[in-house]
Amino acid sequence: MHDKTLAELAAGLARKDFSSRELTQHFLDRIQRFDGELNSFVTICSTEALQQADAADAARAAGNASVLTGVPFAQKDIFCTQGVKTACGSKMLDNFIAPYNAAVIEKFNAAGAVMLGKTNMDEFAMGSSNETSFYGPVKNPWDKTKVPGGSSGGSAAAVGARLAPAATGTDTGGSIRQPAALCNLTGLKPTYGRVSRWGMIAFASSLDQAGPMAQSAEDAALMLNVMSGHDARDSTSIVHDVPDYTAALGDSIAGLRIGLPKQYFGEGLDAGVAKVIETAIAELKKLGATVVEIDLPTSDLAVPAYYVIAPAECSSNLSRFDGVRFGHRCENPKDLTDLYKRSRAEGFGAEVKRRIMVGTYALSAGYYDAYYLQAQKVRRLIKSDFERAFEQCDVIAGPTSPSVAFGLGEKQANPIAMYLSDIYTIATNLAGLPGMSLPAGFEKNLPVGLQLIGNYWSEARLLNVAHRYQQVTEWHRRIPAEFA
Amino acid sequence: MTWEVVIGLEVHVQLNTRSKIFSGSATTFGAEPNTQASLIDLGMPGVLPVLNQGAVRNAIKFGLGINAELGYKSVFARKNYFYPDLPKGYQISQMDLPIVGRGHLDITLDDGVVKRVGITRAHLEEDAGKSLHEDFSGMTGIDLNRAGTPLLEIVSEPDMRSAKEAVAYAKAIHALIRYLDISDGNMAEGSMRCDCNVSVRQKGSEAFGTRREIKNVNSFKFIEKAINVEVEWQIEELESGRSIRQDTVLYDVNKNETRSMRSKEEANDYRYFPDPDLLPVVLDEALIEAIRATLPELPGAKRERFVAQFGLPDYDAGVLVASRDLAAFFEATVTAANGAAKQAANWVMGDLLGALNKAEKDISESPISAQQLGGMINRISDNTISGKIAKQVFQALMDGEGSSADEIIEKKGLKQETDSGAIEALIDAVIADNPDNVAAYRSGKDKLFGFFVGEVMKRSKGKANPGQVNELLKTKLA
Repeated sequence: MHDKTLAELAAGLARKDFSSRELTQHFLDRIQRFDGELNSFVTICSTEALQQADAADAARAAGNASVLTGVPFAQKDIFCTQGVKTACGSKMLDNFIAPYNAAVIEKFNAAGAVMLGKTNMDEFAMGSSNETSFYGPVKNPWDKTKVPGGSSGGSAAAVGARLAPAATGTDTGGSIRQPAALCNLTGLKPTYGRVSRWGMIAFASSLDQAGPMAQSAEDAALMLNVMSGHDARDSTSIVHDVPDYTAALGDSIAGLRIGLPKQYFGEGLDAGVAKVIETAIAELKKLGATVVEIDLPTSDLAVPAYYVIAPAECSSNLSRFDGVRFGHRCENPKDLTDLYKRSRAEGFGAEVKRRIMVGTYALSAGYYDAYYLQAQKVRRLIKSDFERAFEQCDVIAGPTSPSVAFGLGEKQANPIAMYLSDIYTIATNLAGLPGMSLPAGFEKNLPVGLQLIGNYWSEARLLNVAHRYQQVTEWHRRIPAEFA
Repeated sequence: MTWEVVIGLEVHVQLNTRSKIFSGSATTFGAEPNTQASLIDLGMPGVLPVLNQGAVRNAIKFGLGINAELGYKSVFARKNYFYPDLPKGYQISQMDLPIVGRGHLDITLDDGVVKRVGITRAHLEEDAGKSLHEDFSGMTGIDLNRAGTPLLEIVSEPDMRSAKEAVAYAKAIHALIRYLDISDGNMAEGSMRCDCNVSVRQKGSEAFGTRREIKNVNSFKFIEKAINVEVEWQIEELESGRSIRQDTVLYDVNKNETRSMRSKEEANDYRYFPDPDLLPVVLDEALIEAIRATLPELPGAKRERFVAQFGLPDYDAGVLVASRDLAAFFEATVTAANGAAKQAANWVMGDLLGALNKAEKDISESPISAQQLGGMINRISDNTISGKIAKQVFQALMDGEGSSADEIIEKKGLKQETDSGAIEALIDAVIADNPDNVAAYRSGKDKLFGFFVGEVMKRSKGKANPGQVNELLKTKLA
């Protein structure tokens, strides 16, 4: 059953080929069998999952099933889950049982979906390799000496190894798309404001957005149907119609204008990856798309601006982890300052501390104008770059990541090299645009992701392009031999 | 050396919305600790703020009340600092773009002079919780019921020149927020608190002296005392050749002194930046106009009307408009008293407010109604009773001895004697009984006139019309 897509599993449930309990048990068994090594889950919810599966089977028997009723999912451990540990990859929250459900979790629950467990991630979503997790690194199912990408590395590895049919991720600077690329998945970061952030532990509030990580564009569309929509509890959630994202998947893409940013094909891009991307674009041309070179002149400013804005916001967002009300508290604090200092020093890992310090510095009196305000100006320039580009094209295409999965430990000592692995994804978050990554081939036996970036609210168009591509290619159906 | 005092106030007003500014929790005062603290107020991971539109409407009302420029686009910012009763590690406030911009408020000083005080800005923010240091055997308890309560912080220009002016300004703000019904203004419960920025400079100097900020003063009396003691201290320092350091100080009520809490160097760097969880607030012109249409007559306009319409002195008008209820009571009294405004003002401000203050009662709890008081004034106007007798009638009404002045006058036989024949008979008797004094008066001891008046009044048990007594005595003694 694990070689089936979400869409196929949903159809199988509807046909009663198997029950949700059988399906759920199958994936729980696979997690048991394989995850000791992969480390993609931090919490496995066997009991609760089977209860949900039984409830889903009962609902289906009673004729109350919707499309995803009884389908098992893995949820990134950044989403608060009532009664279930929600650690966000951090020692700080190792003891935190969330007292409420995130909006995304509520929506999956309402759809009758099953939660297999919570997936590993970079600590507070800060990282591109899943190596900053308090729960240890996740291994890439395609090569266990490689990273799965991050921050949604646990979700990517779990779905890549088919320990779950699909998973949720969150993307602040590429955290859905880059691990999707490195683990051969279809992942989508929606337009900022499309999916409610309520109950999603904040890293950088103006950039964070949740989205699906799945086996195909069709699966991602099914998930986005469930996840999207306005939520009055999130002031940045936008009132905008939610279409049926599966409706236009099969539409022709003849005449589609694809923009290729010259900055995304220059220095720093691995030659093998470039070749795979060029082949994928040739495939899209065969489907009737035309290609135009576009200019995104402020591209090289995206990473620097991001590494001011994201740390600035995180330095404030993470202030609530102070050892007072929840989370890690140091032993025997001698006074209040000691309580704060030691609780935070012990609870946070090195990368989180680095970003809190960078952000604190960027917001300090005397530096605010030079860093934070300047970065906000760059952010507006990046946005207008994209606005101009979308006058010339409908969709932007390029590589998701400059290289295939790199070795565990390889970039850990060099934060700048690590930050540059998100060089093609970060600008999308700064502009608030939707972006996705889909499997486009292999280089040195490791998956390569094709990135598609669309204009605001063009998720259906992106999914349509990806689906058409997936109808004529087989890359997305490949599973690592060991997990087949 | 002559010193000039310079004072600016930051007034924190708790808005009377039913729920908190960024969560749906109730704001009722005095609930059991942490029973009004939701996930949002606790700063749980993943929670988000949603702005209470009621707080926005209250801020607009205030802006209209001080003729302010209203920030058509205002932005919430995070003020970052660590404190146990600040759950998120930051307070949501406003920095660069406050909701209410520059405005002004007129205050009436004791001598009746009206002074205009500039208001720099007013912004919305959330209150913090409370740290409880007692009953936890050496530990600290946190009560987050107050966390997230909406506050409007009103920042004045340094326009006040004495503690009395500062108090007059604070009272004017207090009156305004209650007229606008945006806060209960209950200072004992902390609904209105003041930070007083105080400096002194040599008279005639343009430059301001170094200021010290007295934090969290919560009564008019303490505003006056704290500023006075601070001014005294600053002058003494300067005259001793020392300089003032820019400090934040606390006023110790028991010792009547101000004590330094922290210096500017020790102050936090709050790292303000726009809160990415909240969108800018864009005020709709139609909303502003709709709110403007609901505003009551405000204290300033009412005071001017009282002066123009009733011919009241500025001072009287200023006192009478201090609260909406008091002004309404006064106006009802004037109506009941057939327009005898000055009489009504004197009775309301003097006897009535005096008695209420003594009983620690508000005008709304007055035992005597405006109709009763007006009715009594009518009996003075038509000479049924004298002003002196009226004091007895007033007291009887206050004590609930009758339902109207007429009833009490009748029951107690207090009606004034105006029959000139009867008064003449009394005068004749007094003249007959005091031949020596009559002789002395007639030989030039004018001062004795009062003696005769007193005797006649005494024999009439106070009921003889004093005017008539005077007239008739003059004739008879001539």
